[in-house]
Amino acid sequence: MKVLVVEDDVEAAAYLQRGLAEAGHAVDLAEDGVLGGAKAGENDYDVLIVDRMLPKKDGLTLIAELRNTGKQVPILVLSALSQVDDRVKGLRAGGDDYLTKPYAFTELLARVEALGRRKQTAEFEAIYRVGDLVLDRLSHTVTRNDEKVLLQPREFRLLEYLMRHAGQVVTRTMLLENVWDYHFDPQTNVIDVHISRLRGKIDKGFEKPLLHTVRGAGYVIRADAE
Amino acid sequence: MSSVPTPSRLVRTTAFKLTLVYLLVFAALSLGLIGYISATTSRLFDRQLEDEIDREIAQLDRVYRTFSLFQVMRTINRRGYRPGASVYHLTDFSGNPLAGNVSDLIFEPDLAAQADAFPVRYMRIRPSDEGGDVSHRALAKLVVLGGGYRLLVGRDVEDRIAFSTIIKQSIRYAIVVVVALALLSWLFLSRSVLRKVDAVAASSRQIVAGDLSRRLPVDQSGDEFDRLAESVNSMLDEINRLHAGLQEVSQNIAHDLKTPLTRVRNRLDETMRAPPHSPDELRAVLAAASDECDQLIRIFEALLTIARVESQSAGLTLSKTDLSALLADMAEFYEPAAEDVGMALELEIAPAVTIMGEPNLLRTMIANLIDNALKYGKASSPAADDTGDGGDDAPAGRVRLTLTQSDGTAHVTVRDYGKGVAAADRPRLSDRFVRMDASRSKPGAGLGLSMVKAIVGHHGGTLRLDDAAPGLAVKIDLPCPS
Repeated sequence: MKVLVVEDDVEAAAYLQRGLAEAGHAVDLAEDGVLGGAKAGENDYDVLIVDRMLPKKDGLTLIAELRNTGKQVPILVLSALSQVDDRVKGLRAGGDDYLTKPYAFTELLARVEALGRRKQTAEFEAIYRVGDLVLDRLSHTVTRNDEKVLLQPREFRLLEYLMRHAGQVVTRTMLLENVWDYHFDPQTNVIDVHISRLRGKIDKGFEKPLLHTVRGAGYVIRADAE
Repeated sequence: MSSVPTPSRLVRTTAFKLTLVYLLVFAALSLGLIGYISATTSRLFDRQLEDEIDREIAQLDRVYRTFSLFQVMRTINRRGYRPGASVYHLTDFSGNPLAGNVSDLIFEPDLAAQADAFPVRYMRIRPSDEGGDVSHRALAKLVVLGGGYRLLVGRDVEDRIAFSTIIKQSIRYAIVVVVALALLSWLFLSRSVLRKVDAVAASSRQIVAGDLSRRLPVDQSGDEFDRLAESVNSMLDEINRLHAGLQEVSQNIAHDLKTPLTRVRNRLDETMRAPPHSPDELRAVLAAASDECDQLIRIFEALLTIARVESQSAGLTLSKTDLSALLADMAEFYEPAAEDVGMALELEIAPAVTIMGEPNLLRTMIANLIDNALKYGKASSPAADDTGDGGDDAPAGRVRLTLTQSDGTAHVTVRDYGKGVAAADRPRLSDRFVRMDASRSKPGAGLGLSMVKAIVGHHGGTLRLDDAAPGLAVKIDLPCPS
């Protein structure tokens, strides 16, 4: 993927560039809002990472201007402001996701990849498939190896989100925000317990597990073990 | 020091301005009043004198006409030497005195020609033993009797003049006394006001200099200074409380954040000094450091949230929130986690209880309470378990989440059936960084209940920690909109 990082802190920008490059993405840097706007206008990026506080032009203004000129590129907003209303402001300005500093790089990478994927699969898919696991979004049914799997509504949404991002790492915070729509820190390993329950329903008794834990990052659902 | 008021400071006081205004108004008023009174009384006196003069002239004229000039002269001589007698002077047409009680008479002939009374100066004839007589003032009238005889009758006005002199004198004294009193009251007022202001200023300076325990003086007089000082003092109490809280927090931060920071730093230092041989070992050290940093970030976030919630005035972010649904959702969210640690989450939730709230804060509140109950609310220690009826396959513990509503208040209770908390420790429980678990073996920073307390306060509710025997019951009352 081609990513533009608009960030005035040189060290933070270099850190992002190194990390994203290691994950196989091409990264451009812009150190202020004006330059960021120019680069985003000239090139076709898959994802934009925009810091909220930027010299010359504030991050939210930059995003609003890009959206006004019809740019559809997914944008991840970075900010030191962590409260829910700050988040709402960031998303209302046209951001697609919001991440608070300090963040773990794995969290950022997972979100950037989720955003990049979203662009490719914008159209509605009725059926998600991972190996022999099939989720039908219309009839709300899940089968594994043609055997029906009974899920609670919340478990269904959890699996739906994981399968929409099949092959991508999904962090606990992403699950909390997207499956439960919770924006607080539950402190304990509540999400892990939900995942292990789900795992018990879809993977138990099968030779090849599909739902994997990625240490220090989150979870991924995929058919072929790497 | 400026504790003694200097004249220029006294002049600048409000008391001085007030005194000056009152003084001027009072002086103008009393001058006007006295002037009016003395003018009317002297007019009254004059008229009375004139009346007396007219009456006497009429009498003497009647005597002249009925009897003779001689009879008039006799009457004059008889009356003229009584005490308090009028002034009489009878002359013939050429001005030779015929009778009377005056030795010398001075007046303006032009004025005398008119019918009105006119002022004269005269000297009274006295019995010979009294010498050195002085000239007196009188008011007189002159009439011409038949045959060219001219009669002057007058009344002495020295008494009246003396009277008005006394009045004028007393006015002067009164004004002097009033001014003196005004000056005195101004001095007294200004000095007492300045003294109070100075006391307040001195206290304020000390408070500004950092002595937050100091209070403005209150002398129980109940005046406006007292009322002002009382409200400033209660403001200072609040500031002092916040300040104390801040100090406590910074001490706690110093302790609870510095310790893990030092740990991370030491571990990294050690790794730099003696790098481990395998990359896996190195990675393990770095992963541990990274985890420790994550925990620090969480503590910071929690502290920031508490500070934000405590400093923000409630009402800004509150909206109608279905507390019943929120609690049910949270219970569903935590149910697997409870089961995972072998505990049961029991619910007793009244439907459709609505409050004014901020959903994310309320969720944080419930999450902290359930989390605490799951961590500390296990029924009993394993040793105690052995003595119990081992055949029972009941879960290791229960957590009961209750929501009821009465009289416009929503009651949320989270109770566990664990060891509970000693009554002496309960009030301290919601302070920041306080942990009952002295060994600090369980994860957490001791911020959970202070977060809950801050959130409850933000929603205008109350937090109570009760002994549920067994276990701890955290009771929260939140106001419902009517």
